Amino acid sequence: MRRGLMTGTLVLAAIAAAGFFVTRATPIDSSALAGHVGDPASGETIFIASGCASCHAAPEAEGDAKLVLAGGQRFESDFGTFVAPNVSPHPEGGLGSWSLAEFASAVQQGVSPDGRHYYPAFPYTSYTRMTDQDVVDLWAYWQTLPADATPSQPHEVGFPFNIRRSVGVWKQIYLEDDWVMASADTPEIERGRYLVEALAHCGECHTPRTALGGLDRSAWLEGAPNPTGRGTIPALTPDELTWGPTEIAYYLETGFTPDFDSAGGHMVAVIENFAQLPASDREAVVAYLKALPQPKP
Amino acid sequence: MKKHLAFAIAFAALGCGTSVYAQEDFSAQLKARQGQFRIMAINLGILGGMAQGKIDYDAEAAQAAADSLVGVSMIQQPPMWPEGSDNMSIDGTRAQPTIWEDKVDFLSKWEDLGTAAAGIQTAASGGVEALGPAMGQIGGACKACHDTHRAPES
Repeated sequence: MRRGLMTGTLVLAAIAAAGFFVTRATPIDSSALAGHVGDPASGETIFIASGCASCHAAPEAEGDAKLVLAGGQRFESDFGTFVAPNVSPHPEGGLGSWSLAEFASAVQQGVSPDGRHYYPAFPYTSYTRMTDQDVVDLWAYWQTLPADATPSQPHEVGFPFNIRRSVGVWKQIYLEDDWVMASADTPEIERGRYLVEALAHCGECHTPRTALGGLDRSAWLEGAPNPTGRGTIPALTPDELTWGPTEIAYYLETGFTPDFDSAGGHMVAVIENFAQLPASDREAVVAYLKALPQPKP
Repeated sequence: MKKHLAFAIAFAALGCGTSVYAQEDFSAQLKARQGQFRIMAINLGILGGMAQGKIDYDAEAAQAAADSLVGVSMIQQPPMWPEGSDNMSIDGTRAQPTIWEDKVDFLSKWEDLGTAAAGIQTAASGGVEALGPAMGQIGGACKACHDTHRAPES
């Protein structure tokens, strides 16, 4: 009896230890970054395509003020309200004291320099597919941005979601770096896949989430309820998004739909970014969307 | 007592009409404000079609479309946006309460549309190349307001 209890306790302890090990926050292998030289000009394109400023600029920032990544925008979800942190290159307020490897761990793995998991409101589930060269370029561009001392505000997330360790379990299920569209048949579709699935992180809003808040890859880009609780985010699959290629590209450039209604909500920020990318990138997104399979009924 | 009650009801009916009858549908105002956006969409369709090369550029038609945009931008807005005609109070609108919470912002965004419309009015007959950037300005004005003041489609 006592022996049974002992064994039981040991087994439990072993499971807990294994769980602790599995859910730990693992930074990237920094040797992967060695040999890459950062190009800030290319990093600016990555910055725009990835929409960094759309979430990390101050709430009412317009124009050049959007390059001050002071944080403070609020994002409501089923799990609580996330407040975008200051990620400007300020040594105390932002991430001015970080190393390249720490930055890459945050972007590609959702791991903070002090070894904690970030909440996946930060779309590292998409950025995990970012190439190492692009992360290095992005970091080089980051150094050119203005520093701001505004302190980051805490997220308003209740129990049990305030246990960061639980994000480790979540990552085991939902942090995958393989492509959703397994084969990209042309270089244009491949570029579109990189933009949609990695940088522009379209799937984060246009794909429905499971009860645990992970992307349901079996319903990739099939549309989803709006996380604010009102309205829906439309499907981008060919059965639903029936606009022509020129029309989709024009929408990404100007925000005008084929019947000349205009974009609203978070899509406004997305279009602001896409408008600054080369036309070939908008066309690549179209090529990718047109190559999506018809959803299974 | 009864007299007081009657007085109170009469007062409420007279003075505070909008709050007592919060359920009125404002259908005339909704038709008017949604109609003006529809007129703009039709004329933007002409200009945008030319900019995209879908329809042949025609200086006269472009000018007429741009003039119409300016015409709409000159319609005074406040009478069409009475208190209580937001999407939290009534059906059939996507107008967010922020319009009334920050009227100054809303009206300044409408003025920005006027500036953009004046821009395309100047550019319209000057050749198809000028249409693209001018449309960009209009699109920017539309999005700036829809970003905060219009609810997503349900």
